Amino acid sequence: MAEFSLPKNSKIRSGGKVHKAPSDATNVKTFKVYRYDPDSGENPRYDKFEIDLDNCGPMVLDALIKMKNEQDASLTFRRSCREGICGSCSMNMNGKNGLACTTAIEDCKGEVRITPLPHMDVIKDLVPDFTHFYAQYASIQPWLKTVTPAPSGKERLQSPEDRAKLDGLYECILCACCSTSCPSYWWNSDKFLGPAILLQAYRWLADSRDEFTGERLDELEDPFRLYRCHTIMNCSNVCPKGLSPARAIAEIKKMEVERQI
Amino acid sequence: MGTGTGIGRVRGYGSAKHGSLHWWHQRLTAAGNLILVLWFVVSIFRLPVLDYVTVTTWLSSPFVAVALVLLTISVFWHLRIGLQVFIEDYVHDDGLRVAALLALNFYAVGAAALAIFSILKIAFGGVQG
Repeated sequence: MAEFSLPKNSKIRSGGKVHKAPSDATNVKTFKVYRYDPDSGENPRYDKFEIDLDNCGPMVLDALIKMKNEQDASLTFRRSCREGICGSCSMNMNGKNGLACTTAIEDCKGEVRITPLPHMDVIKDLVPDFTHFYAQYASIQPWLKTVTPAPSGKERLQSPEDRAKLDGLYECILCACCSTSCPSYWWNSDKFLGPAILLQAYRWLADSRDEFTGERLDELEDPFRLYRCHTIMNCSNVCPKGLSPARAIAEIKKMEVERQI
Repeated sequence: MGTGTGIGRVRGYGSAKHGSLHWWHQRLTAAGNLILVLWFVVSIFRLPVLDYVTVTTWLSSPFVAVALVLLTISVFWHLRIGLQVFIEDYVHDDGLRVAALLALNFYAVGAAALAIFSILKIAFGGVQG
Protein backbone atom coordinates (compact mmCIF):
# COMPACT_ATOMS: atom_id res chain seq x y z
CA MET A 1 0.00 0.00 0.00
CA ALA A 2 0.95 3.61 -0.24
CA GLU A 3 2.84 4.66 2.87
CA PHE A 4 0.52 6.87 4.89
CA SER A 5 2.52 7.14 8.12
CA LEU A 6 5.98 8.61 8.55
CA PRO A 7 8.92 6.21 8.40
CA LYS A 8 10.61 5.58 11.75
CA ASN A 9 13.51 7.96 11.20
CA SER A 10 11.17 10.79 10.15
CA LYS A 11 8.96 10.82 13.26
CA ILE A 12 9.25 14.11 15.11
CA ARG A 13 10.89 13.75 18.51
CA SER A 14 10.32 16.05 21.46
CA GLY A 15 12.99 18.14 23.13
CA GLY A 16 13.52 20.92 20.60
CA LYS A 17 15.36 24.05 21.62
CA VAL A 18 13.63 27.29 22.57
CA HIS A 19 15.23 30.56 21.47
CA LYS A 20 13.84 33.37 23.59
CA ALA A 21 13.15 36.88 22.37
CA PRO A 22 15.01 39.76 24.09
CA SER A 23 13.38 40.50 27.45
CA ASP A 24 12.39 44.04 26.43
CA ALA A 25 10.51 42.85 23.31
CA THR A 26 6.78 43.65 23.42
CA ASN A 27 5.51 42.34 20.09
CA VAL A 28 6.65 38.71 20.13
CA LYS A 29 5.61 35.98 17.70
CA THR A 30 6.65 32.35 18.07
CA PHE A 31 7.83 30.28 15.12
CA LYS A 32 8.00 26.51 15.40
CA VAL A 33 10.58 25.39 12.87
CA TYR A 34 11.29 21.85 11.65
CA ARG A 35 14.90 20.89 12.28
CA TYR A 36 16.68 17.87 10.85
CA ASP A 37 20.39 17.29 10.75
CA PRO A 38 21.38 14.16 8.80
CA ASP A 39 24.85 14.13 10.42
CA SER A 40 23.48 13.86 13.96
CA GLY A 41 21.68 10.57 13.30
CA GLU A 42 18.77 11.90 15.38
CA ASN A 43 15.13 12.17 14.38
CA PRO A 44 13.76 15.58 13.37
CA ARG A 45 12.50 18.00 16.02
CA TYR A 46 10.75 21.35 16.27
CA ASP A 47 12.73 24.32 17.59
CA LYS A 48 10.88 27.38 18.84
CA PHE A 49 12.09 30.84 17.89
CA GLU A 50 10.58 33.89 19.54
CA ILE A 51 10.84 36.87 17.22
CA ASP A 52 10.41 40.53 18.13
CA LEU A 53 8.18 41.67 15.27
CA ASP A 54 8.95 45.35 15.97
CA ASN A 55 12.49 44.57 14.97
CA CYS A 56 11.85 42.32 11.97
CA GLY A 57 10.78 42.63 8.32
CA PRO A 58 7.19 41.81 7.37
CA MET A 59 7.64 38.46 5.62
CA VAL A 60 8.22 34.94 6.95
CA LEU A 61 11.56 34.93 5.13
CA ASP A 62 12.61 38.04 7.08
CA ALA A 63 11.89 36.14 10.30
CA LEU A 64 13.88 33.10 9.11
CA ILE A 65 16.87 35.29 8.21
CA LYS A 66 16.63 36.98 11.60
CA MET A 67 16.61 33.58 13.32
CA LYS A 68 19.69 32.50 11.38
CA ASN A 69 21.53 35.78 11.97
CA GLU A 70 20.73 36.25 15.63
CA GLN A 71 19.57 33.00 17.22
CA ASP A 72 20.87 29.87 15.50
CA ALA A 73 23.34 30.10 12.61
CA SER A 74 22.90 26.39 11.84
CA LEU A 75 19.29 26.91 10.66
CA THR A 76 19.29 25.86 7.01
CA PHE A 77 16.93 27.02 4.24
CA ARG A 78 17.10 28.09 0.61
CA ARG A 79 16.52 31.70 -0.35
CA SER A 80 17.71 34.05 -3.00
CA CYS A 81 15.66 36.82 -4.61
CA ARG A 82 13.34 37.64 -1.67
CA GLU A 83 10.68 38.86 -4.13
CA GLY A 84 8.89 35.73 -5.37
CA ILE A 85 10.68 35.21 -8.66
CA CYS A 86 13.36 32.60 -7.90
CA GLY A 87 11.22 30.00 -6.14
CA SER A 88 13.97 29.03 -3.70
CA CYS A 89 12.20 29.63 -0.39
CA SER A 90 9.18 27.39 -1.02
CA MET A 91 8.14 25.70 2.21
CA ASN A 92 5.08 24.82 4.28
CA MET A 93 3.86 27.54 6.63
CA ASN A 94 0.97 26.80 8.99
CA GLY A 95 0.00 23.84 6.83
CA LYS A 96 0.00 25.61 3.47
CA ASN A 97 2.75 25.59 0.88
CA GLY A 98 4.05 28.95 -0.25
CA LEU A 99 7.06 31.17 -0.69
CA ALA A 100 8.43 32.47 2.61
CA CYS A 101 9.37 35.73 0.91
CA THR A 102 5.85 36.55 -0.27
CA THR A 103 3.99 35.22 2.79
CA ALA A 104 3.34 37.99 5.31
CA ILE A 105 3.87 37.10 8.96
CA GLU A 106 0.66 38.91 9.88
CA ASP A 107 -1.30 36.53 7.62
CA CYS A 108 -0.10 33.55 9.70
CA LYS A 109 -2.42 33.01 12.64
CA GLY A 110 -1.01 32.10 16.05
CA GLU A 111 2.23 30.21 16.41
CA VAL A 112 3.74 29.83 12.94
CA ARG A 113 4.74 26.26 12.15
CA ILE A 114 7.32 26.01 9.37
CA THR A 115 8.16 22.67 7.77
CA PRO A 116 9.82 21.62 4.50
CA LEU A 117 7.64 20.94 1.44
CA PRO A 118 5.53 17.86 2.24
CA HIS A 119 6.48 14.35 1.17
CA MET A 120 9.92 15.22 -0.16
CA ASP A 121 13.18 13.74 1.09
CA VAL A 122 14.75 16.27 3.43
CA ILE A 123 18.42 17.14 3.02
CA LYS A 124 18.61 19.38 6.07
CA ASP A 125 16.09 21.47 8.04
CA LEU A 126 13.89 23.22 5.44
CA VAL A 127 15.84 22.05 2.39
CA PRO A 128 14.13 19.30 0.38
CA ASP A 129 15.82 17.14 -2.25
CA PHE A 130 14.70 18.29 -5.74
CA THR A 131 16.79 15.78 -7.72
CA HIS A 132 13.79 13.74 -8.89
CA PHE A 133 11.65 16.82 -9.48
CA TYR A 134 14.29 18.33 -11.76
CA ALA A 135 14.79 15.01 -13.57
CA GLN A 136 11.04 14.95 -14.23
CA TYR A 137 11.28 18.48 -15.60
CA ALA A 138 14.14 17.48 -17.91
CA SER A 139 12.12 14.47 -19.10
CA ILE A 140 9.47 16.65 -20.76
CA GLN A 141 12.17 18.38 -22.84
CA PRO A 142 11.25 21.93 -21.89
CA TRP A 143 12.58 23.69 -24.94
CA LEU A 144 11.28 24.64 -28.39
CA LYS A 145 11.37 21.64 -30.74
CA THR A 146 10.77 22.04 -34.46
CA VAL A 147 11.25 20.25 -37.76
CA THR A 148 11.53 23.60 -39.55
CA PRO A 149 15.10 24.91 -39.49
CA ALA A 150 15.59 28.13 -37.59
CA PRO A 151 15.15 31.20 -39.83
CA SER A 152 18.56 32.68 -40.53
CA GLY A 153 19.38 35.89 -38.76
CA LYS A 154 16.03 36.41 -37.07
CA GLU A 155 13.78 34.99 -34.41
CA ARG A 156 10.80 32.67 -34.92
CA LEU A 157 7.77 34.90 -35.13
CA GLN A 158 4.60 34.55 -33.08
CA SER A 159 1.44 36.67 -33.22
CA PRO A 160 0.44 38.59 -30.09
CA GLU A 161 -2.65 36.32 -29.84
CA ASP A 162 -0.51 33.17 -29.88
CA ARG A 163 1.89 34.70 -27.41
CA ALA A 164 -1.05 35.45 -25.10
CA LYS A 165 -1.77 31.70 -24.93
CA LEU A 166 1.41 31.32 -22.89
CA ASP A 167 0.23 33.75 -20.22
CA GLY A 168 -0.49 31.89 -17.00
CA LEU A 169 2.09 29.27 -18.02
CA TYR A 170 5.43 30.98 -18.60
CA GLU A 171 5.33 32.61 -15.15
CA CYS A 172 5.92 29.28 -13.38
CA ILE A 173 9.09 29.47 -11.26
CA LEU A 174 9.29 25.72 -10.49
CA CYS A 175 9.11 26.24 -6.73
CA ALA A 176 7.25 22.89 -6.40
CA CYS A 177 4.60 24.28 -4.03
CA CYS A 178 1.91 22.74 -6.26
CA SER A 179 3.45 19.33 -6.81
CA THR A 180 4.22 18.81 -3.14
CA SER A 181 0.67 19.80 -2.14
CA CYS A 182 -0.82 17.15 -4.45
CA PRO A 183 -1.85 13.87 -2.76
CA SER A 184 -1.47 12.03 -6.06
CA TYR A 185 2.11 13.26 -6.22
CA TRP A 186 2.67 12.18 -2.61
CA TRP A 187 1.61 8.59 -3.34
CA ASN A 188 2.95 8.18 -6.86
CA SER A 189 5.69 10.73 -7.50
CA ASP A 190 7.94 7.99 -8.84
CA LYS A 191 5.85 7.92 -12.03
CA PHE A 192 3.29 10.76 -11.86
CA LEU A 193 4.87 13.95 -13.23
CA GLY A 194 2.89 16.22 -10.89
CA PRO A 195 1.23 19.59 -11.51
CA ALA A 196 4.37 21.74 -11.89
CA ILE A 197 5.92 19.56 -14.57
CA LEU A 198 2.60 19.04 -16.37
CA LEU A 199 1.98 22.81 -16.43
CA GLN A 200 5.43 23.18 -17.98
CA ALA A 201 4.63 20.41 -20.45
CA TYR A 202 1.47 22.28 -21.47
CA ARG A 203 3.49 25.49 -21.84
CA TRP A 204 5.24 23.79 -24.82
CA LEU A 205 2.06 22.14 -26.11
CA ALA A 206 0.43 25.58 -26.21
CA ASP A 207 3.33 27.27 -28.00
CA SER A 208 2.45 28.10 -31.63
CA ARG A 209 6.13 27.79 -32.63
CA ASP A 210 6.57 24.23 -31.33
CA GLU A 211 6.14 21.44 -33.91
CA PHE A 212 6.49 18.37 -31.66
CA THR A 213 3.01 18.45 -30.14
CA GLY A 214 2.21 14.88 -31.23
CA GLU A 215 5.41 13.44 -29.80
CA ARG A 216 4.91 15.42 -26.60
CA LEU A 217 1.35 14.07 -26.26
CA ASP A 218 2.64 10.53 -26.93
CA GLU A 219 5.13 10.85 -24.10
CA LEU A 220 2.49 12.17 -21.69
CA GLU A 221 -0.26 9.68 -22.51
CA ASP A 222 0.30 7.28 -19.68
CA PRO A 223 -1.91 6.12 -16.80
CA PHE A 224 0.71 7.33 -14.33
CA ARG A 225 2.58 10.23 -15.92
CA LEU A 226 -0.59 12.23 -16.66
CA TYR A 227 -3.70 10.43 -15.47
CA ARG A 228 -2.83 10.22 -11.77
CA CYS A 229 -4.26 13.76 -11.69
CA HIS A 230 -7.74 13.45 -10.18
CA THR A 231 -8.55 17.18 -10.23
CA ILE A 232 -7.98 17.59 -6.50
CA MET A 233 -7.06 21.26 -7.20
CA ASN A 234 -4.61 21.73 -4.31
CA CYS A 235 -2.11 22.82 -6.96
CA SER A 236 -4.16 25.81 -8.10
CA ASN A 237 -5.03 26.61 -4.51
CA VAL A 238 -1.43 27.00 -3.34
CA CYS A 239 0.40 28.40 -6.39
CA PRO A 240 2.20 31.51 -5.07
CA LYS A 241 2.19 32.96 -8.59
CA GLY A 242 -1.59 32.56 -8.93
CA LEU A 243 -1.32 30.07 -11.80
CA SER A 244 -3.60 27.10 -12.38
CA PRO A 245 -1.74 23.85 -13.03
CA ALA A 246 -5.11 22.06 -12.77
CA ARG A 247 -6.39 23.98 -15.80
CA ALA A 248 -3.21 23.21 -17.75
CA ILE A 249 -3.58 19.49 -16.96
CA ALA A 250 -7.25 19.60 -18.01
CA GLU A 251 -6.14 21.13 -21.33
CA ILE A 252 -3.61 18.32 -21.85
CA LYS A 253 -6.31 15.70 -21.15
CA LYS A 254 -8.57 17.45 -23.67
CA MET A 255 -5.82 17.40 -26.31
CA GLU A 256 -5.20 13.69 -25.68
CA VAL A 257 -8.87 12.91 -26.29
CA GLU A 258 -9.33 15.36 -29.17
CA ARG A 259 -6.80 13.55 -31.31
CA GLN A 260 -8.70 10.28 -30.89
CA ILE A 261 -12.38 11.10 -31.20
CA MET B 1 16.18 0.24 -17.42
CA GLY B 2 18.38 3.19 -16.56
CA THR B 3 17.92 3.22 -12.79
CA GLY B 4 21.39 4.62 -12.20
CA THR B 5 20.49 8.21 -13.03
CA GLY B 6 17.64 10.55 -12.15
CA ILE B 7 16.51 10.98 -15.72
CA GLY B 8 16.84 7.21 -16.31
CA ARG B 9 14.46 6.53 -13.42
CA VAL B 10 11.95 9.09 -14.70
CA ARG B 11 12.06 7.77 -18.29
CA GLY B 12 11.68 4.23 -16.92
CA TYR B 13 9.84 1.89 -19.29
CA GLY B 14 8.63 4.91 -21.29
CA SER B 15 5.09 6.04 -21.87
CA ALA B 16 2.37 3.37 -21.93
CA LYS B 17 0.75 5.44 -24.73
CA HIS B 18 -2.72 4.78 -23.42
CA GLY B 19 -4.94 6.18 -20.72
CA SER B 20 -6.91 8.82 -22.61
CA LEU B 21 -9.70 6.42 -23.60
CA HIS B 22 -9.84 5.11 -20.04
CA TRP B 23 -10.31 8.72 -18.90
CA TRP B 24 -12.86 9.41 -21.65
CA HIS B 25 -14.88 6.26 -20.83
CA GLN B 26 -15.06 7.36 -17.20
CA ARG B 27 -16.79 10.57 -18.33
CA LEU B 28 -18.92 8.70 -20.86
CA THR B 29 -20.19 6.18 -18.33
CA ALA B 30 -20.68 8.92 -15.75
CA ALA B 31 -23.02 10.69 -18.17
CA GLY B 32 -24.71 7.35 -18.96
CA ASN B 33 -25.16 6.63 -15.24
CA LEU B 34 -26.68 10.05 -14.64
CA ILE B 35 -29.31 9.68 -17.36
CA LEU B 36 -30.14 6.01 -16.71
CA VAL B 37 -30.25 6.24 -12.92
CA LEU B 38 -32.57 9.24 -13.20
CA TRP B 39 -34.79 7.26 -15.57
CA PHE B 40 -34.70 4.27 -13.22
CA VAL B 41 -35.64 6.23 -10.09
CA VAL B 42 -38.43 8.15 -11.83
CA SER B 43 -39.81 4.97 -13.40
CA ILE B 44 -39.84 3.06 -10.12
CA PHE B 45 -41.71 5.89 -8.40
CA ARG B 46 -44.25 6.04 -11.24
CA LEU B 47 -45.27 2.41 -10.71
CA PRO B 48 -48.60 2.26 -8.86
CA VAL B 49 -47.44 -0.48 -6.49
CA LEU B 50 -44.18 -2.34 -6.08
CA ASP B 51 -45.51 -5.91 -5.85
CA TYR B 52 -44.03 -8.83 -7.81
CA VAL B 53 -46.53 -8.87 -10.68
CA THR B 54 -46.35 -5.11 -11.31
CA VAL B 55 -42.57 -5.03 -11.34
CA THR B 56 -42.11 -8.13 -13.50
CA THR B 57 -44.75 -6.90 -15.95
CA TRP B 58 -42.97 -3.56 -16.10
CA LEU B 59 -39.65 -5.37 -16.64
CA SER B 60 -40.97 -7.50 -19.49
CA SER B 61 -41.37 -4.43 -21.69
CA PRO B 62 -38.47 -4.30 -24.20
CA PHE B 63 -37.84 -0.59 -23.56
CA VAL B 64 -37.55 -1.14 -19.82
CA ALA B 65 -35.45 -4.31 -20.09
CA VAL B 66 -33.03 -2.79 -22.60
CA ALA B 67 -32.66 0.39 -20.52
CA LEU B 68 -31.98 -1.71 -17.42
CA VAL B 69 -29.37 -3.78 -19.29
CA LEU B 70 -27.72 -0.55 -20.45
CA LEU B 71 -27.83 0.80 -16.89
CA THR B 72 -26.16 -2.38 -15.63
CA ILE B 73 -23.42 -2.17 -18.26
CA SER B 74 -22.80 1.53 -17.62
CA VAL B 75 -22.70 1.17 -13.83
CA PHE B 76 -20.39 -1.86 -13.78
CA TRP B 77 -18.12 -0.45 -16.47
CA HIS B 78 -17.86 2.77 -14.49
CA LEU B 79 -17.17 0.81 -11.31
CA ARG B 80 -14.49 -1.25 -13.02
CA ILE B 81 -12.50 1.65 -14.44
CA GLY B 82 -13.03 3.84 -11.38
CA LEU B 83 -11.85 1.25 -8.88
CA GLN B 84 -8.93 0.42 -11.17
CA VAL B 85 -7.73 4.01 -10.70
CA PHE B 86 -8.17 3.67 -6.95
CA ILE B 87 -6.11 0.46 -6.88
CA GLU B 88 -3.37 1.98 -9.05
CA ASP B 89 -3.24 4.99 -6.71
CA TYR B 90 -2.84 3.15 -3.45
CA VAL B 91 -1.73 -0.45 -3.97
CA HIS B 92 1.99 -0.26 -4.71
CA ASP B 93 2.98 -3.89 -4.22
CA ASP B 94 3.08 -5.46 -7.71
CA GLY B 95 1.65 -8.85 -6.70
CA LEU B 96 -1.09 -7.35 -4.57
CA ARG B 97 -2.01 -4.90 -7.33
CA VAL B 98 -2.37 -7.62 -9.95
CA ALA B 99 -4.45 -9.69 -7.53
CA ALA B 100 -6.69 -6.72 -6.73
CA LEU B 101 -7.15 -5.92 -10.44
CA LEU B 102 -8.00 -9.57 -11.15
CA ALA B 103 -10.56 -9.64 -8.34
CA LEU B 104 -12.06 -6.36 -9.52
CA ASN B 105 -12.40 -7.51 -13.13
CA PHE B 106 -13.87 -10.89 -12.16
CA TYR B 107 -16.35 -9.21 -9.83
CA ALA B 108 -17.41 -6.51 -12.30
CA VAL B 109 -17.86 -8.89 -15.23
CA GLY B 110 -19.43 -11.64 -13.11
CA ALA B 111 -21.87 -9.41 -11.27
CA ALA B 112 -22.85 -7.57 -14.45
CA ALA B 113 -23.40 -10.86 -16.30
CA LEU B 114 -25.59 -12.15 -13.46
CA ALA B 115 -27.63 -8.95 -13.42
CA ILE B 116 -28.10 -8.89 -17.19
CA PHE B 117 -29.07 -12.57 -17.27
CA SER B 118 -31.66 -11.96 -14.54
CA ILE B 119 -33.17 -9.02 -16.39
CA LEU B 120 -33.36 -10.97 -19.63
CA LYS B 121 -34.82 -14.01 -17.88
CA ILE B 122 -37.73 -11.91 -16.65
CA ALA B 123 -38.04 -10.06 -19.96
CA PHE B 124 -38.09 -13.23 -22.06
CA GLY B 125 -39.83 -15.45 -19.55
CA GLY B 126 -42.94 -13.34 -19.29
CA VAL B 127 -44.78 -12.95 -16.05
CA GLN B 128 -45.21 -16.05 -13.92
CA GLY B 129 -46.87 -16.55 -10.62
